[in-house]
This record gives sequence, C-alpha cells and structure tokens, in this order.
Amino acid sequence: MRELNVSSITDAVASLCIETNHHLDPVTEACIERRYAEEDWPVAKDVLDIIKHNIEIAGEGVFPLCQDTGMACVFIELGQDVHLTGGYLEDAVNEGVRRGYTDGYLRKAIVKDPIRRGNTGDNTPADINVEIVPGDQVKIILAPKGFGSENMSRIRMLPPAAGQEGVEDFVVSVCESAGANPCPPVVVGVGIGGNFHKAPLLAKKALLVPLDQSHPDPYYAEMEDRLLEKINALGIGPQGFGGKTTALKVNILTMPTHIAGMPVAVNINCHVSRHKEVIL
Amino acid sequence: MEYRLTEPFTKEKVSAFRAGDQVLITGTIYTARDAAHQRIVEMIKRGEELPFEIKNSIVYYAGPTPPKPGYPIGSAGPTTSYRMDPYAPVMLDLGQLMMIGKGQRSAEVKDAALRNGAVYAAAIGGAAAVMAQSVKSAEVIAFEDLGAEAVRRLYVEDFPVTIVLDTAGGNLYEEGRAAYLSK
Repeated sequence: MRELNVSSITDAVASLCIETNHHLDPVTEACIERRYAEEDWPVAKDVLDIIKHNIEIAGEGVFPLCQDTGMACVFIELGQDVHLTGGYLEDAVNEGVRRGYTDGYLRKAIVKDPIRRGNTGDNTPADINVEIVPGDQVKIILAPKGFGSENMSRIRMLPPAAGQEGVEDFVVSVCESAGANPCPPVVVGVGIGGNFHKAPLLAKKALLVPLDQSHPDPYYAEMEDRLLEKINALGIGPQGFGGKTTALKVNILTMPTHIAGMPVAVNINCHVSRHKEVIL
Repeated sequence: MEYRLTEPFTKEKVSAFRAGDQVLITGTIYTARDAAHQRIVEMIKRGEELPFEIKNSIVYYAGPTPPKPGYPIGSAGPTTSYRMDPYAPVMLDLGQLMMIGKGQRSAEVKDAALRNGAVYAAAIGGAAAVMAQSVKSAEVIAFEDLGAEAVRRLYVEDFPVTIVLDTAGGNLYEEGRAAYLSK
C-alpha cells in the first residue's frame, strides 16, 4: 500500500488552478488555429484573430484567459492501492482551490446558497468527483468551467424511438438556441445513455477529451463529425456575428441505459476550454 | 464602419452607429452585473441616490478578476447579457445610453432600447485579457460586499465593442447570421 500525504494533492490543485486559467492545452490551441485557417468569412476571421491574441496575452501569465475563472471542477482517479494520509481528500482539494484562486488573483465566483446567494470569497467548494481505479497512483484533472456556457447546457430524456436522428436534432437545437450566449466557437460535450445523473456527467467528461481525438467506436466518431458539420452550418459563427466556426469540436461519451430510455445531455464549453491533468 | 466614441456620451452620437459597426470607446464606463442590477433597480424603486448617474451612462456587464499588483484591473471580458434583461428596461427608461455584454436580449429590452434611443454592444466573450488592456483605471464605487459583482468605475481607452442593437432596429445577431447563410 502506497502512502500519499494529501498536502501533495493540495499543492497540485493550487498550481493547476493558476495554470489552466492562463494557458490552454496545446491541442485546444492547435484546434483554434486550424478552425481559423478554415474560416473564410471576414467578420468571423477577425473575431478568431482576437481570440488567438487573447491566448497570447494570457500566456504571459498576468491576465487570465477569461474573467470567468470558473467553478473548479475536479476529477480524481484514485488508485485503490493508495492510502491517503494527513487529512481528508475533499478538504485537501478545497484548500488547493482556495489557495490557487487567492494566490493566483483568480475570480471568486461561488455563492454559498443557490437562492439566497452570498459569495464564499475563495471559490470553494469545488465540484469534486472521485473514481476508484486500479493501481497506486492518483490522477487529478482540473477543469475550471465558466457559467456563460454552463447555463446553455441541456438534458433531455428522449424515448428510444427517437433514435440517432432524435439525438442529433436535440444536440443541434441546443447549440442553435444557445446562439451567441455561450461565447462561440464552443466545444460541445455530449453524453448519451446512463440516467438523469450519468448523462450530464458523461457530457461534462466529454469536454475533457482532447480535441484531436474521436470516439473509439466509428459509429459515434462519425456522429461527432456529422454533428460538427450540422452545427457549423447554422451560420451563428464566432461570438454570434455570423460565420462558419460555431463549434470547434463535438465529443461524445456513451454508456448503457435502461430499456425505456435514451437520456442525452449536452454540456457546452466556450472556446476557453480549460483542463489539465497531473498524476501523483 | 469604425467609430470612436468619446465624452460627453450622448444619444446623438450613438444614433449614428449601426449593427455590425466597431466602436472604440474612450471615457468613463461602469461595471454592473446580476446582483448589482438587482440592487440598483431596488434603489430606483425606493427613490434612493444611485451609485452613478444613469442618464447617458455606459454600463458594462462584467465582473473582472482581481488586479495583480501594479495593474489597474484583472481580466475583464463581458458576461452574458440576458440575465440583466429583467432590470435593463428600468435603467434604459432613466436614460442609460449603452449596454455592453454578449448574447441575445429579450423583446422587452429591445423595445426599451428603441424607445429611448439607446444601443446594445457586444465585447468579445472570452477575450478578457485583450479587453483588460483598454482599462486604464478601475475603482469600486458601490456594493463592495459583492466582490467581483461590485460596481466599478472604469476609465477606458479605445475599448473595442461591436454594435448589436442599433437605434434603427438593426440586430447584428440576426443580420450577421443571415448574411453568412446567404453568401
């Protein structure tokens, strides 16, 4: 049994908060570059150029990529042969978020009550998801998630008869009604299957898939490409000013579901699609 | 078209702008988002003195990140505007000149902007580091307890926005998309 002090988790989370809010991962940046090259509508190209410039300025480390430095979504894959010492896992993660958002001059955007509000002042609590996996390592993925795009996300409990066409129509309609609100070009995470709890979780995890990867099942890989084409035929364009590039990529994750259902969740992310992992 | 908008900000000046025009703003603007709008509209209903003069004001829907030492402000991009829709007509009827945010507005906001000769402009969402470069000074003037949501007085130079709703009923979100689709 490997022992790991939770203080190392705190340190990792704190630095991931600062890192992800200033630097996009190279794959996401390359995807934006590629869509810029493919865009032929002048207004859209101008907007994408500003977005590229923003990535450059943020990369200098002073100004975060977006003022919405997000709710800190943390996905932990905890090896079952690891024994955590020195405190509780959730406390350690929240301490890392507190430190990262305070020391990194990031925006504190969490309120303690959904109706009565009241800012917690340190961006905690984080959204913490823990999965027990084989092995003796701990993988931490941190994904700060802005709410302009989160608010445009939807779930629908489709009947099985809706089939592939029903799924695709729903995903496209979510992107169309979102319009300019989620800061297009967006990344579209789609979760199909599971239940009312798992489908949105799949959609959120789909946003962590690198933008140069497709679903391993060719059926869903083709659906990803087809959905991207349909969404980019809407003409909404970067920032909703018109153009081809409404979405950068569609990623789908699936799981088994019930004989009576076909849940579909769509989690939209903006072009500032932030996530990074470390393994301890 | 490209325009420069400088003080004094007047209805006459913004009436020249059309949907899709790029405007560089220099002067004093105010940040206010969800919670600040709620409080301002409550203060208006109670007849209290407001944190800033609404008439001919430019209000930027934004909650910046904290400034690092030596900088006036942190990143400062726009937030999504529809959440201010329940409050915006009250402020437009008091003479607010321009709203800056991103995303669609309600029919009520469009009507209120039109009847008052006000405009709605978009800043580039997610280009918050770029937007911050145009902010030369920032000062919290009300609701400090709201943190990022406090009202700030900003002095901006060549602050870039794109006109979405103009005083002639133009709407960039409809026209821009239609223009691309009919190319």
